Amino acid sequence: MRTRWIVPTLYILFLMLPIYWLLNMSFKTTNEILGGFSMFPAEFTVESYVKIFTDPTWYSGYINSIIYVVINMVISVSVALPAAYAFSRYRFLGDKHLFFWLLTNRMAPPAVFALPFLQLYSTMGLLDTTLAVALAHCLFNIPLAVWILEGFMSGVPKEIDETAYIDGYSFPRFFVKIFMPLIASGIGVTAFFCFMFSWVEMLLAKTLTTVQAKPIAAVMTKTASTSGYELGLLAAAGVLTIIPGAIVIYFVRNYIAKGFAMGRV
Amino acid sequence: MSLTLDTVSKVMGGEVHIAPTTIEFASGSMNVLLGPTLSGKTTLMRLMAGLDQPTSGRVFWQGRDVTGMRVQDRQVAMVYQQFVNYPSMTVYENIASPLRLRGFASAEIDAKVRAAAAMMKLNESQLGRRPLELSGGQQQRCALARALVKEAGLVLLDEPLANLDYKLREELRAEIPKIFEESGAIFVYATTEPHEALLLGGNTACLWEGRVTQFGATPSVYRRPTDATTARVFSDPPMNFVALSKAGDELVIDDARLAADFPTFNRLADGRYIAGFRANHLRIERGSERDLAFHCRVTGTEIGGSESFVHVLHGADRWVALVHGVHDLPHQSDRTVFVDPAHVYMFAPDGALACAAAYADAG
Repeated sequence: MRTRWIVPTLYILFLMLPIYWLLNMSFKTTNEILGGFSMFPAEFTVESYVKIFTDPTWYSGYINSIIYVVINMVISVSVALPAAYAFSRYRFLGDKHLFFWLLTNRMAPPAVFALPFLQLYSTMGLLDTTLAVALAHCLFNIPLAVWILEGFMSGVPKEIDETAYIDGYSFPRFFVKIFMPLIASGIGVTAFFCFMFSWVEMLLAKTLTTVQAKPIAAVMTKTASTSGYELGLLAAAGVLTIIPGAIVIYFVRNYIAKGFAMGRV
Repeated sequence: MSLTLDTVSKVMGGEVHIAPTTIEFASGSMNVLLGPTLSGKTTLMRLMAGLDQPTSGRVFWQGRDVTGMRVQDRQVAMVYQQFVNYPSMTVYENIASPLRLRGFASAEIDAKVRAAAAMMKLNESQLGRRPLELSGGQQQRCALARALVKEAGLVLLDEPLANLDYKLREELRAEIPKIFEESGAIFVYATTEPHEALLLGGNTACLWEGRVTQFGATPSVYRRPTDATTARVFSDPPMNFVALSKAGDELVIDDARLAADFPTFNRLADGRYIAGFRANHLRIERGSERDLAFHCRVTGTEIGGSESFVHVLHGADRWVALVHGVHDLPHQSDRTVFVDPAHVYMFAPDGALACAAAYADAG
């Protein structure tokens, strides 16, 4: 009984250690990081954070990332809503195969698509824009969004649709006024997963951008290679990269549990 | 106002759900669709509502062909077995929604919603809540109120009380005929329970495997079923049947011979028949001298308060007797059961009615 807390505590320590270390380093100077091993910053400094928030080459990375992630979320959810509705409500030729094929899109590593995307987008003059990255991420986010939303939509009885039609609702009005509120948590979960995959994806984001639309992940790797080892700065950037995800997941934590219960997340 | 289905059929995936059916519901009539599960009641209703399109045939509303017309443009209201409401709206908004869509003034909407809510006994505080915060009975009242407030010409009720507990069911069932009388609409009520059909009155259409076997005034369908299938559907527990042949003034069942000197039997030609009688007419005590007696084996008794269901085996036929009082007959014991010839229907071997029970004609 008394030793019950040991295993979970060790586990949480194990998980939190790298994150703590990142936080610890972000408040140290690079010299201190390279100089020795300490659990707490000897000279506490927020200089790294100040640099990130004032230097455009740094903060523009965050802005670019946020822009393409948001564009991607909007595109993915708005495209996936009608698609998922069709999969959940109608039977058509090859519907099950098509539904499964959507999922297989997620099985190919993004690297496979990097080269075709590079050439296609450069032909269309989309290279080095946030839109290019947002569109590229749709490749794996739309199938995922359709998959998750279909699960939530199938949980709504078809009779509600029919009752609405009998009451006189047109399809668009029914969809927006009655149906979307019913699957609001599903939309939240979907948006979160689109956010997450788009936010952490680096390969396509790096390949399709050069200067103007460079995402934060690319900024971080470049800084590490050109300006020597600015480890404090890098750690601070890492902390700032974790924060948006942590905020978003806090808001959808209850819905995600629901999504897991439905077997769709 | 009338609704006519003209040789309407529905085939889905090569499977016949509704065989070509022609039926007409008169304006302002109460109609019951009676049939066991999967007999096609819901499918038939969906065809009436326009939620599904018939494979063949046409649907007429007030003489106008409405086949293929959108549900939104039809004059229908429907209540499902499951309590279907809009969970994200309050009960008030649920009831008001059909009126809002038709652009009524808000004062008028308010008056109509409150009238419908009062009729369905939903009080002020329930109107402000969301449907899922109410009990099952109240949720179904909300769905009924929404169907009524629309003042549709055709109100379809698909087993609306099946998911409610006994007491609520009784209560709501008593209200439905009243609501119907006030509305002046065509009501179509689907149910699996014969006694519900009898309580609601009006007309009854018996369904069996996607076919309407008989349609007519409820008491007359009950008393004079035109075939054995209707008789089986419209009896609960199911009607008891026994194959026999008539020879002169005797009925021959396997080896047993029964004297059958009875007016309705005497009119029948000699030959093979299927006799049918309802469970409440099968007795375990002799009622009169003329009763037909059958030697059976008791296979079980179910006691339901003031009455008992006695299950017996007559040869290979399973019968049920519904008898008054509490009887606990020993399992596997031999027992003679009786039925008054006045309660016996005779069907031809193909199922068509040969002669109705004498009591049916008398009443």
